[in-house]
Amino acid sequence: MRRVTKLAAAVTATAALALTATACGESSTESGGKKNKGVGLAFDVGGRDDHSFNEAAARGTDKAEKELGVKTKEMTAGNNETEETREQRLSSLAKAGYNPVIGVGFNYGKSVNKVAKEFPDTTFGVVDEQSHAKNVVGMTFAENEASYLVGVAAAKKTKTNKVSFIGGVDNALIQKFEAGFVKGVKDTNPKAKVEVDYLYKESDKGFNDPARAKNMAKGMLARGNDVIYTAAGQSGAGSIEEVSKKKGAWAIGVDSDQYRQKGLEKYKDAILTSSVKNVDVAVYELIKSVKDGKPLKGNQTFSLKEKGVSVATSGGFIDDIKGDIDKATEDITSGKVKVPAKP
Amino acid sequence: MSRFKTKFSAQAVLQALAAPALALLAAFVLSSVVIAMTGKDPFHAFFVMIDFGSKSDSQVWIINKAIPYYLSAAAVAIGFRMNLFNIGVDGQYRVAAFFAAVVGGALALPGALQIPVIILVAMAVGALWAGIAGVLKTTRGVSEVITTIMLNSIAGSLIGYFLAEDKLAVKDGNLFHTPEIPASSHFFLIPTTPDPIYGTLIIAVLIGLAYWFVLGRTRFGFDLRAVGRSESAASASGVSVRRMVVTSMLLSGAVAGLVGMPTLLNKSFSYGTDFPTGVGFTGIAIALLGRNHPIGMALAALLWGFLERTGLQLEFEGYAQEIVGVMQGIIVLCVVIAYEIVRRVVLRRQQSAVGAQLSARGADGGEGEGDDNGPGERDQDGKSAPSTQAKKAGTTA
Repeated sequence: MRRVTKLAAAVTATAALALTATACGESSTESGGKKNKGVGLAFDVGGRDDHSFNEAAARGTDKAEKELGVKTKEMTAGNNETEETREQRLSSLAKAGYNPVIGVGFNYGKSVNKVAKEFPDTTFGVVDEQSHAKNVVGMTFAENEASYLVGVAAAKKTKTNKVSFIGGVDNALIQKFEAGFVKGVKDTNPKAKVEVDYLYKESDKGFNDPARAKNMAKGMLARGNDVIYTAAGQSGAGSIEEVSKKKGAWAIGVDSDQYRQKGLEKYKDAILTSSVKNVDVAVYELIKSVKDGKPLKGNQTFSLKEKGVSVATSGGFIDDIKGDIDKATEDITSGKVKVPAKP
Repeated sequence: MSRFKTKFSAQAVLQALAAPALALLAAFVLSSVVIAMTGKDPFHAFFVMIDFGSKSDSQVWIINKAIPYYLSAAAVAIGFRMNLFNIGVDGQYRVAAFFAAVVGGALALPGALQIPVIILVAMAVGALWAGIAGVLKTTRGVSEVITTIMLNSIAGSLIGYFLAEDKLAVKDGNLFHTPEIPASSHFFLIPTTPDPIYGTLIIAVLIGLAYWFVLGRTRFGFDLRAVGRSESAASASGVSVRRMVVTSMLLSGAVAGLVGMPTLLNKSFSYGTDFPTGVGFTGIAIALLGRNHPIGMALAALLWGFLERTGLQLEFEGYAQEIVGVMQGIIVLCVVIAYEIVRRVVLRRQQSAVGAQLSARGADGGEGEGDDNGPGERDQDGKSAPSTQAKKAGTTA
């Protein structure tokens, strides 16, 4: 009996404490500014300088700063983050008066759609996820199509008939890269083998663990693979570095044209091509539409047809197989070849 | 009454407060130095933290965040109290939450029945997963540190295997998650404004009370702590060490199984690829910080929530994102070091006090035997205080 009383007292006290504290405390939402301060950009893990996915989004805001004169506030996700933290990041941006607020990466899918309902006058954007709210723009890309094209390039360039794919995290999005790449390779060179592996089964660490990617690439090279396509955000730098050490081996970049990334300059001669996701274009278009007072709405798909994804030609390493790439592009845009989204 | 006196004598209170005060002060100074080194104003940072952290929505956020942290710390602390280092809370709670979510998503019982079923499944799976390490330790002598770390990794792969579309999960955009638990089986919310507090707070409170009662007030708890301090002494007095190891691993795992419940039953309602990871490791830090004490760990969990809540705001104000992580590390180190320093100082002072008494008694030649009340009481105080200190330090070392 005594315990029960104590328990009840403890529960009531806690609840009461929370209630009283709440009653006299001001909510942080009440003290925000209302003026539009520019663009709020929330990066996924890896941050602005991942030379890949986040950096592609950053290029979009950089362009908007230059051409539209808007300011940008950037924030970055940490590892092992929870929904609560993502929601807080987005709502503090919206609260402070940033418009649009853009979440970079599918991790923001749920939180953007949730937070958007609390800020109906702000336009939200999310890269790689669908919109489920009126004021959310979902920007998705046909990564499988660009991956198909780099698969063609890999199949043409391999001498050992062994190529590999490294994914950051084994989730639906990265499986899209895998599916396209494998099909591209197989359609071009049925004899080629594709070794597929993922850095992590379920942890976002896969997108910022270059050391692990480096090790995995090392193993793949040792097994005779001579082209490695890495779709793993910042981790990709690790595998590119490892590939650059081996003569005759090629790395394929992802999301940004990694040949042109300052941080990867040392290894650029090993970067055959990159499957580029024009996140920058999507982000820029969204910012522009808000600036013009006609914010975009709903889901925007960026496929090969709209040049939302493409293959990088910097370095000129794939100039000799340009014909094959162009033909594959033609086949996909005309609908002759259907690129699967699942392996 | 004398117990009360001993516990609350001025000296004891001073000793109890010295370590946390020292730790907080040191952590404050060191954090300021680190912030200043990044070229920012540390005082403005603390102002931002206190101002933003005390907002009503921040309070709710902090409490909700602290619930799983507290449960995780309690799970770790059960091991600590008997000298077992359960690093596997992380894997235990994830496996537990995953299978609980699978069961919860498959059943459609009335909520009053289904919620306990989900919670029991989680506790059972958590206990089972931790029990593997316990059995391996008692039968094969494998260190639980090694096995629990490895089981974390296996847990990740196991979940990754089942969390696929053709197995136990459904696809939702880019996420895979288990089928949603029906709305009738969602845990209640405490209707505070502006946001509600998770009702699973009650689970944390109950676990806190049970932890305090079982470990501090029962024969079992006594045995457990006895094994923690000296296995040979405990087994000499008739305690089966093997049974205690397995039992405490099972208990630790069962509590670990609850760590995912606040998220599962109050927030996500399914286990997906975005389910929080790493809470088990946070629990280790919080158990250290809270000195394995049920209230200490609650304060530590709230402090952790506070730091995480305000850390984001610091980033917003242009401070480095990593500042909060650095602060968390500094605080844990400061607490561990401060308690050790205070323990040594107190020990030395008591030793010299006892030494002085003995030599005085030797000079008196046993005359003071009768009116020993004053110094005798102090003597007792002296004995009990360092021994509890030593015990605590021993479990956290």
